[in-house]
Amino acid sequence: MELRSPVKREDLEKLSVGDVVYVSGYVITARDSAHRRMLEYLKEGKDLPFEIKNAVIYHCGPLVERRNGEWVVISAGPTTSARLNEPTEELLNYVDAVAIIGKGGMEIDFKGKAVYLSYTGGCGALASKSIKKVKEVHWLDLGMPEAVWVLEVERLPCIVAIDLRGNNVYEEVRRRVEENYKRLVEKV
Amino acid sequence: MEYEDVVRTVIELFRKAEIELSEDVVRALRFAYENEENEIARINLKNILENVEYAKLKGIPICQDTGLPIVFVEIGRELCLDFDIKSAITEGVRRATREVPLRPNAVHPLTRENPGDNVGKGMPYVIIDVVEGDRLKIAVMPKGAGSENCSALKMMLPHDSKKIKRFVLDVVRSAMGKPCPPIFIGLGIGSTFDGCAKLAKKALLRDVTQMNEFEMDILDAVNGLGIGPMGMGGKFTALAVLSEIGYCHTASLPVAVNVQCWANRRAFAVLR
Repeated sequence: MELRSPVKREDLEKLSVGDVVYVSGYVITARDSAHRRMLEYLKEGKDLPFEIKNAVIYHCGPLVERRNGEWVVISAGPTTSARLNEPTEELLNYVDAVAIIGKGGMEIDFKGKAVYLSYTGGCGALASKSIKKVKEVHWLDLGMPEAVWVLEVERLPCIVAIDLRGNNVYEEVRRRVEENYKRLVEKV
Repeated sequence: MEYEDVVRTVIELFRKAEIELSEDVVRALRFAYENEENEIARINLKNILENVEYAKLKGIPICQDTGLPIVFVEIGRELCLDFDIKSAITEGVRRATREVPLRPNAVHPLTRENPGDNVGKGMPYVIIDVVEGDRLKIAVMPKGAGSENCSALKMMLPHDSKKIKRFVLDVVRSAMGKPCPPIFIGLGIGSTFDGCAKLAKKALLRDVTQMNEFEMDILDAVNGLGIGPMGMGGKFTALAVLSEIGYCHTASLPVAVNVQCWANRRAFAVLR
């Protein structure tokens, strides 16, 4: 499966849990501080300096280097998405349809507006292979990891972990883990 | 031995740790890939192995979270140093941040201000020990936050040693996919409140393929949870349980679980 940004609702509808999907186009990195600032802007009715409504949002704080006046991404894997549960739930009020790339899953209501794609955590070097260039950077005052980097990517391989219909790999695993836990604890 | 030797060693150790996993860790990851049956788990483990190879080939950090700079030092008591070892290590971290490069991760805990060089009050985190001999041993362990955030400590009752396994299970169960499993588990048993946390961290320096029966037993239980690589299900939630003990007060049993991601990065050097 292929997914290209800006994403449309009908593109997201085609994705099902367990599919491998290759993401191309632009992704916007955002972590804790960027989410806070985005929400401040949006609540005040201020325009964001980047497009979020149909974006691919990447939970990532890249390692970037300045070479000959240009930003070069060295390593850029996903960060733990669960930290962004709360701000994401609010952010979804301001978007049409988005794809979120991260690791570890999220425990929120995606309101039928988002799919969650998993990229293998820790694989920052491999991810840099799919990142073609840094298009823009915003809010560098937040520090390198927390700034918003607009990255051009080509066929970033992800796994669909939560689809538009609400099927959720992590929830299924959690249910099984709870059963296993009960059984194991009885033995201890 | 000069100040500059320590600075250079620290830079090279961080470079090595960030770019190349040690052979024991790679072997453990490969074993998991070869024995995993869950399809999604196999994709994740394959990505991990490819990532490890690609980072080495290109000479770039395995993970963008190049961690917090943690440095273990053992000073032989016969050694005579005419410089401040801590400031040499700090300078090494500052230069490694520019040269490797490392992501500037260290921030003020309250204002979140980022100085940009991974140096600040208490950072790098340096643990110094005096040992027999005339050598200086340095081990670096750049540690990511995804796994560190899932770690926990408990002051258990003196005779609750049978509940240690349960505590480890509780910690791993609440962590789920967050610490980038398959994880390595550093287990500190005994000492003091702070001491057991240090033991847990130090245990992660060990060869991950060498475990005793007690550790294997906990590992089997943890893998029985079925969290799997990246929390997406599978047989391999953890690759090793590594423990260290320290004598504690007769009235206490401190236990610490330091969770480490699959990218168990560390590097070692000995200077004379």
